[in-house]
Amino acid sequence: MSAAIELRDVEKSFGEVAIIRNINLSVAQGERHALIGPNGAGKSTTFNLISGYMAPTSGVVLLRGQRISGLPPYQINRRGLSRSFQVTNVFANMSVWENLRCAVLWSTGQRYAFWKNIDNLPEVRDRTAQILADINLTARRDVTAGLLTYAEQRALEIGITVAGGADVILLDEPTAGMSHAETERAVALIRRLTEGRTLLIVEHDMSVVFGLADRISVLVYGQIIASGTPEEIRGNPKVKEAYLGEEAA
Amino acid sequence: MSELTALAAPPLPTAAEKLKFYGSWVVAAAVLLLLPNMFTSGGSLTTFSLIGISIIFSLSYNILLGQTGMLSFGHAVYYGLGGFLVIHAINIIGANKLPVPLPVVPLIGGLTGLLFAVLLGWVSTQRSGTAFAMISLGVAELIASSALILRTFFGGEAGVSANRTKLLKLFGWNFGPQIQIYYLVAAWTLIAVIAMYALTRTPLGRMCNAVRDNPERVQFVGYNPHVVRYVAFCFSGFFAGIAGALAAINFEIANSAYLGAQQSGTVLFATYIGGVGFFIGPIVGAIFVTLLSLGLSDLTQVWQLYFGLIFIAVVVFAPGGITGLLMMHRPLLKAGSLAKVLPSYLIALVPTAAMIAGLVISIETIVHYTVNPGDDSHIKAFGVSFDAASPYIWAMAAILLIGGYIVGRKTWSWVGHAWDSATGVAREKGIAA
Repeated sequence: MSAAIELRDVEKSFGEVAIIRNINLSVAQGERHALIGPNGAGKSTTFNLISGYMAPTSGVVLLRGQRISGLPPYQINRRGLSRSFQVTNVFANMSVWENLRCAVLWSTGQRYAFWKNIDNLPEVRDRTAQILADINLTARRDVTAGLLTYAEQRALEIGITVAGGADVILLDEPTAGMSHAETERAVALIRRLTEGRTLLIVEHDMSVVFGLADRISVLVYGQIIASGTPEEIRGNPKVKEAYLGEEAA
Repeated sequence: MSELTALAAPPLPTAAEKLKFYGSWVVAAAVLLLLPNMFTSGGSLTTFSLIGISIIFSLSYNILLGQTGMLSFGHAVYYGLGGFLVIHAINIIGANKLPVPLPVVPLIGGLTGLLFAVLLGWVSTQRSGTAFAMISLGVAELIASSALILRTFFGGEAGVSANRTKLLKLFGWNFGPQIQIYYLVAAWTLIAVIAMYALTRTPLGRMCNAVRDNPERVQFVGYNPHVVRYVAFCFSGFFAGIAGALAAINFEIANSAYLGAQQSGTVLFATYIGGVGFFIGPIVGAIFVTLLSLGLSDLTQVWQLYFGLIFIAVVVFAPGGITGLLMMHRPLLKAGSLAKVLPSYLIALVPTAAMIAGLVISIETIVHYTVNPGDDSHIKAFGVSFDAASPYIWAMAAILLIGGYIVGRKTWSWVGHAWDSATGVAREKGIAA
């Protein structure tokens, strides 16, 4: 069985500056995989390369064995890969309900339909309601997304990401800026929503990473320096030196 | 429907709400039907026809601006081309005695607008924002200048004309009298408004809003924002073409002014003043601007200057337009705290009106000395005669303008306080302001 996500010799340069030097990464199907590394290591750029936000300078990205690098984001999304953003990226002037509904539309086959009444689509309605309940925002259904609290916006961000039913989910620092209690709730939510799916997550909070991930990859200066189970990573001297050691110091 | 959906989803409209919804369209139709009985003069029928045309045009523009977030400076292209094609179509149909009655002719204008939107839109809708605005301006200039160069089709400065009465008669109507044109415009206005409203309630319509809010994120929920913008653009061109067709039928002529920058500016103006955030905004704007342009041009020579001032005032003080201003008060109405703000409005109105009067006198006096310096200094504006050379008038203008501003500032802050306390009441009652 081919890996859910595979990056082969991926490089990305902006002009002369190489941000991603050479990444080889493989995420197995159904695995929860965390990508960690110091600030500026290129974690978000890696997400941008996988999700089609940017095209790699060289190398290929494969989704279930099929090449996706070079495709626009919406085509990658239609193939079942969905991502969230580090900085909340919702439809700010629309209600929570409408945000989630927009995220459901393509996957229920509505495409660019201009002949169907949006309120007459039971499947869209059911799935939107399901996601709304999943992210515990039922009470905030009609609130404009821009007026939600920070933690609620982060939950909505995850809701939009998973609403389309993609089986490969990329979450970019989903708990950034959250309190301890909020982080715990968010992790429980992520665990529940990504059940049976493949998850690639960028995260700074090490308790989240070691609690959630099946495997971890460490990215330093645009290169993966180690990949393995949490125990292997914890014991890896290179990782300690380059990353964990710094934090401990 | 699952149990969860029943709990979490917004309730579907009840039978009573549906009845109210469809009832309001029936009422609108009845009003359109009865309007000529209430205002019987020929002039008012023309005014109503122009308002109807402007409503369709403004709503079509708002598909771009309000719904999809595209600022166009060249929407008159689709309006104008629809108008020209329809004049030619009427001439061809009339000359060949084709079995096409006038009421379906606006469809030709719509299809023309659609065709040109299909052709010209693909490139311009690649991006929204500045790139789209600039391309729309470039296309508009291109088409407007070809209207003066390609004389055989556009008729040069004079334009092309047609006789609408020569077509197949329907129920004995030849569409000569204005009343028959009024009903033609009214029927098309109702159809177009319903169609454009329905469009907002479709998956495409909702994705238009999403593209307006955040085109980047749209790509990550499976949609190509370019296609969403393009389809919206095509619909917008179609309805603009219908509006242009009705204008051409109303005037029996199409000329280069139909396509020009001023026409594009007017629709932007009407849509924005009405309010881009609500479906009815452009309708309100179309009525307001049509009446204002017909009324102001009788009252003062520099009516376009006042138009500009009103536009600036709306952009600065009421970016939601007239409809936005009214809708702001809905939570207060629900909470019953509207009475808290109304007195402060009335108080603020007095110095504000004085300030505006001072401004108007100043403008009219300056216009007299700059535009018509040698003329008699007794001038008339807004139905009031005064001596532009009189120092008393100058002093009065200065006192009204400066005094109105000084007193006004005080009252405007009262309005602010009253507003805060009124919305506070609404918020306490759990009504989002």
